[in-house]
Amino acid sequence: MTTTATTDTPALALTGIAKAFGPVQAIRDASLTVARGEIHALVGENGAGKSTLMRIIAGMFTPDAGQALVDGRDVTGWDTNAAIAAGVGMVHQHFMLVPTLTVAENVMLGRELTKGWQLDRAAAEAAVRALCQTTGLVVDPTRTVADLSVGEAQRVEILKVLFRGAKLLILDEPTAVLSPPEVLELWRVLRTLRANGDTVVLITHKLDEVIDISDTITVMRAGRTVGRMATAGTTPSDIARAMVGRDVTLAQRVDTGVIVPANSAPRLEVRDLTVRGTSRARAVDQLSFTVEAGEIFGIAGVEGNGQTELIEALAGLRPADSGSIRMDGHDITHDGVAERTAQGLAHVPEDRHLRGLVLDYSIADNLILGRQQQYAGRLSIDAERVSANCVAQVQAFDIRPPNGDLPSRALSGGNQQKIVIARELGGERWPSVILAAQPTRGVDVGAIEFIHARLRAARDSGAGIVLVSADLTEVLALSTRVAVMYGGRIVTVIPGDEATPEVLGGWMTGATREGAA
Amino acid sequence: MSTTQRFSWEESLLPPAMALAIAMVVGDLLILAFGASPGHIFGMLLEGTWGNAYGIGQTLYKATTLTCTGLAVAIPLRAGLFNIGAESQLAAGGFATALAMLALPAGVPWPLAALIGVVAAALGGGLVGAIPGALRAKFGASEVIVTIMLNFVVLAFLNWVVAAKIHVPESLHTPEIASGMVPRFADFSATFRGSAANLSIVLVLGLAAAAWWYLFRTTAGYELRAVGLQPAAAENGGVRLGRTWFRALTLGGALAGIGGVNYVLGYKHYYEEGFGTGSGYLGIAVALVGRNHPAGVVLAALLFATLSQGGLAVNAVVPKQLMEVLQAVVILAVAICVPEVRRVLRNSAKAVA
Amino acid sequence: MSALDILAQVLRIAVPYLFAAAGGVLSERAGIIALTLEGYLIAGAFGAAVATYYTNSPWLGLGAAVLLGTLVALLHAIATIRFKADQVVSAVALNLLMGGAGAFFLRLMFDSSANSPRIPALGDGLGSGLAATFGQPLVWMAFLALPGVGWLLGRTTFGLRARASGEYPQAATSLGVSVPRVRLTAVLLSGAITALGGAYLAFDQHKFTDGMSAGRGFIALAAVIFGRWEAPRAFVACLLFAAAETMQIRLQGSPLLPSQFVEMIPYVLTIVALAGFVGKSAAPSALGKVDA
Repeated sequence: MTTTATTDTPALALTGIAKAFGPVQAIRDASLTVARGEIHALVGENGAGKSTLMRIIAGMFTPDAGQALVDGRDVTGWDTNAAIAAGVGMVHQHFMLVPTLTVAENVMLGRELTKGWQLDRAAAEAAVRALCQTTGLVVDPTRTVADLSVGEAQRVEILKVLFRGAKLLILDEPTAVLSPPEVLELWRVLRTLRANGDTVVLITHKLDEVIDISDTITVMRAGRTVGRMATAGTTPSDIARAMVGRDVTLAQRVDTGVIVPANSAPRLEVRDLTVRGTSRARAVDQLSFTVEAGEIFGIAGVEGNGQTELIEALAGLRPADSGSIRMDGHDITHDGVAERTAQGLAHVPEDRHLRGLVLDYSIADNLILGRQQQYAGRLSIDAERVSANCVAQVQAFDIRPPNGDLPSRALSGGNQQKIVIARELGGERWPSVILAAQPTRGVDVGAIEFIHARLRAARDSGAGIVLVSADLTEVLALSTRVAVMYGGRIVTVIPGDEATPEVLGGWMTGATREGAA
Repeated sequence: MSTTQRFSWEESLLPPAMALAIAMVVGDLLILAFGASPGHIFGMLLEGTWGNAYGIGQTLYKATTLTCTGLAVAIPLRAGLFNIGAESQLAAGGFATALAMLALPAGVPWPLAALIGVVAAALGGGLVGAIPGALRAKFGASEVIVTIMLNFVVLAFLNWVVAAKIHVPESLHTPEIASGMVPRFADFSATFRGSAANLSIVLVLGLAAAAWWYLFRTTAGYELRAVGLQPAAAENGGVRLGRTWFRALTLGGALAGIGGVNYVLGYKHYYEEGFGTGSGYLGIAVALVGRNHPAGVVLAALLFATLSQGGLAVNAVVPKQLMEVLQAVVILAVAICVPEVRRVLRNSAKAVA
Repeated sequence: MSALDILAQVLRIAVPYLFAAAGGVLSERAGIIALTLEGYLIAGAFGAAVATYYTNSPWLGLGAAVLLGTLVALLHAIATIRFKADQVVSAVALNLLMGGAGAFFLRLMFDSSANSPRIPALGDGLGSGLAATFGQPLVWMAFLALPGVGWLLGRTTFGLRARASGEYPQAATSLGVSVPRVRLTAVLLSGAITALGGAYLAFDQHKFTDGMSAGRGFIALAAVIFGRWEAPRAFVACLLFAAAETMQIRLQGSPLLPSQFVEMIPYVLTIVALAGFVGKSAAPSALGKVDA
């Protein structure tokens, strides 16, 4: 079919797209129309299928069913090269930059400028500078990518796509790693691109961003596109309703507990903690807070503001550069993971596939991970106690299928997370301190409620809980107090019943500042 | 339950079986290139290895050493580390046991002396294994490169000690030891006369059983395997990665070192330059084909010992290096088949689901 | 013995190291472990000796060396890239294969298990002085090998793609670069270049001998690591190691410093370097990773 693209031919039209990965149906039925020259927001909760859908357009996956048109041309099932050639470019959530190469080298990789036999570095650098000029992006083409800040690295990603002549840009959660000024900078660039006639698809789950920048919104839920609306005249709660599929009061507050005045030491006391991050010297910067018994201390914040490093330092996985951590009055700053566990620290790690479970170990073996020394017999692990523990936990936490010999790899995400929760919260005595990082990420609704109930039960039994979650609803539903992390610091602590998304949002984005509030 | 069990069995056994089939085909072609009959050659091979007491003894002797070097590779590999240093760990173990026996006063009863010899061998090999373990734990230095480089260093060092300090003139070996000799099969049955097989094999089979127990029944083994499968999860489970790496490589080195007992106490009764040449590298093949399981290692050691000994049996007709080629083909084929079989099995499982 | 003679000796000893290190840098920077250098050297030496013997033309021998080296590299590439076999295991197998195959075919072709008949060599009749040394085409080619690889990696499209494939293959893939193809090219070139070093060994001794590579591939790999995977530094490391070996030969039998200790120098330096200043960051990030 040869259709000449007219002005009303949509830049992108998807109909009836479906895609499965093994037994997981990532996309069931998705349709999307994006007009030329607009900024289109694709919104939905984590796991709704947004990224998968966009990767199909970028040629990284082939759909199982459905049709994809770009500028009216059928491009279903094309590959990355064809997508690039047709002017479709994707800016990935996880940067696809080679850290040892320079900005200019990264930009021209795969589409190199040459002079005779050699690469033409000067031409590549000139091309980058020219693109910077037209878009307002600022970055030095001769620098090595490893030396760039996160915001600069993202600019290189956008430059890479533009260098390939992209007219349709897909940005996957671009603000997840940006500071508020960098977000504003990004919006400025996107508006410039729109003014130049380019089309932008923005994947996000942040509603304020959607309202800020987009012209049109498409909502995805559980692998389907469930709504399309013009941004003008839409409210965040309209979008939220479509995202979740039911009416939600955005700050659904259920039983956040009250702090019982304690006559003993606080459960957890963090003083002036500074932690070095993988890329930043002070990922956690002189941070102090206290968690009392019977309290859930929620930490909200845009991802990448030091939450991961903080939790790792509290768990004993990352050394503290300075400052101290005390649990029940004892200094644990220099203790290893095992010592902290023995003293009553429990940790639900943010990435269960990486840290939470040994995926090839059976359910029974995973249920003792971190407590294996307690199961040591005289010459071997006490297999009877391991299996008794497994039977009890599988039943108490409703882990399915209820067969302790199965490798954990074979279970669904929700049931895998239940193994972690059972292990950390299901012991004979309650832990003193629980670190819960993204405890319900990628977990189905039933399991979410179950996990929330367990956390509340732990709280009521007198544990002190640190909760980190990217899901603001979750933070608000559980936290006795809510702290906001921004740039490695806690910028505010708000009592749970005074916290609202609006108030927190201001602090999370750096819009509200100390002294100004 | 039954399906996952079945898959792990197939995943374990299919690759070695396919590799053997491929090696047979390659072997046939090479034998044909030599103008000989494959059937005849394989017949000679079997006759020279399992067809008579001498052949059986020689094969068992070689399998004993290979079980040690195979375990020396398998245990670190379970912890996610590649030990390519079994070659020098074996030599160091043999040297240490010879040294200990030479230092021992005469008249110590053989079981006690042999025990001291075994401990010395374990210490010698363990020391060589501990170096890459410590460098990996402390500095993150690649154990692959360090163990390879250390092979050359240790072998050159032993070469110097033997040549400059304690060799018997006109030879490359130490003086004969006077105590700690392990009885040979030939001491019990005259049919084994001339073969090197000795009671070290009992010790080594015991070690293989102990290695199995250690890996699959103890807390330390639980932690070691977790580190190999998913280091980040093990770390989160309170396991100290560096300590586990160090322990795995030291243990591997010690096991390779004990292989030296087989030669020094069981066979020649002195340490000789190059006594185990190639056995360390073949240990990699043994661990790989044995799927890093101690029982598999014992079986694979028998297979590779058969090929090595069989090479000598057929050497009159086709060069014994044919067997080296076949061993290499087996390794390569297993290395290729393992990921391939896993992919095919898991895809077909998905298709069913 | 003049200083120039010693220099000439160092340079001659350095030749196989320079070729193999060039192959090693190329392969490893693209992400494929080059523990196979030893096997490529054997292939080169064997190919050169056999083809020269049958054709009486050293140049055809050189061609055969390159062909055979590329062939062995192809096996490594198929196993590790197509079938995703563990790179270390594949390399160990290929080295064992070449060690056995060399001797096997010696007997098949020449009915000798130790060495081939005498062959004519490139640069025959030039003598052994410094000028004569550089009169041999393989010597000056060796000195161009690492600069050539450095140029290839740093200045060409292929090099940029190879470096990206060794560092962050997913990024290269997302830009439409075929990482398997880039790596295949790098590994084949690595085999071809290294085989030239093997050919030099055969020509130098006018025959192929069982075990003639004698661990040189591993010394070259040590030079690659000691040189932090960069061509100019690897070049210096090769000369350093060759100088040490010259010293070892000259000191043979001297009571001052046993030759075994001089022999250890490259290996000890590499271990120290790995533990100390090289660190993890210098190695290509995706080196040896199977699922790229």
